Amino acid sequence: MKFSIMISEGPYTHQASDSAYLFTKAALEKGHEIFRVFFYHDGVNNGTRLTTPPQDDRNIVNRWSELAQAHKLDLVVCVAAAQRRGIVDPEEAKRNSKDADNIAPGFHISGLGQLIEAGIQADRLVVFGD
Amino acid sequence: MSDEMMEDEGTIKKFGYVNRKAPYGTVYALESLEVVLIGAAFDQDVSVIFMDDGVYQLKKGQDTKASGMKNFSPTYRALEGYDVEKLYVEKESMDIRGLSTDDLIVPVEVKSSEEIMQIMEDQDIILSF
Repeated sequence: MKFSIMISEGPYTHQASDSAYLFTKAALEKGHEIFRVFFYHDGVNNGTRLTTPPQDDRNIVNRWSELAQAHKLDLVVCVAAAQRRGIVDPEEAKRNSKDADNIAPGFHISGLGQLIEAGIQADRLVVFGD
Repeated sequence: MSDEMMEDEGTIKKFGYVNRKAPYGTVYALESLEVVLIGAAFDQDVSVIFMDDGVYQLKKGQDTKASGMKNFSPTYRALEGYDVEKLYVEKESMDIRGLSTDDLIVPVEVKSSEEIMQIMEDQDIILSF
């Protein structure tokens, strides 16, 4: 089956990203396809490489980056939600005259249309949030 | 272009947006509205459902000046212009909050919780905010 995933909450504060990660990993292991993972609302905070969790805890951001690299996952951070919360890739930094970017490897910033398309293209869109 | 892509371009799915939270306490209502507006460009079959505290999103007479937040209340009236015409409000949620359709800024269809359940059942995609 072809799945799309939406994550609506930030890392550590809320379990949404953990559950989404475990679901995505399990689906891939079972041979399913993940069309796209879309990060919205505070979920965009899963995409900053500046996260430094304690060493004895899971690294939620790195975990997504590694999964993306291993499976060529399309991790999309919503641009409007990202701008509000300071998640920036090199292009956005240039466009909005920011002095830095912070996007984690494997993530990229794009529009809400990517969420709608993810819904249209996948057999199931699974939402992880409140 | 492959046959598969041609087929996908013509796909029309039922998108149900479910709004359950009050408009200004959290960002969900505003960001839900942004999805609905962008999604309207994709010519899908859209239904927008308001239930629980989400019914407050449509309440008339909102004034956000004192909170310093942007008042996005007028945007709900623009939905019709985007061909987003199926707005459903759950009756029980209105009743429990003492609201009637006279209190709302846009025309809506009032549905019982059982009918809302059926509307949700009919959707291909549910985005819950």
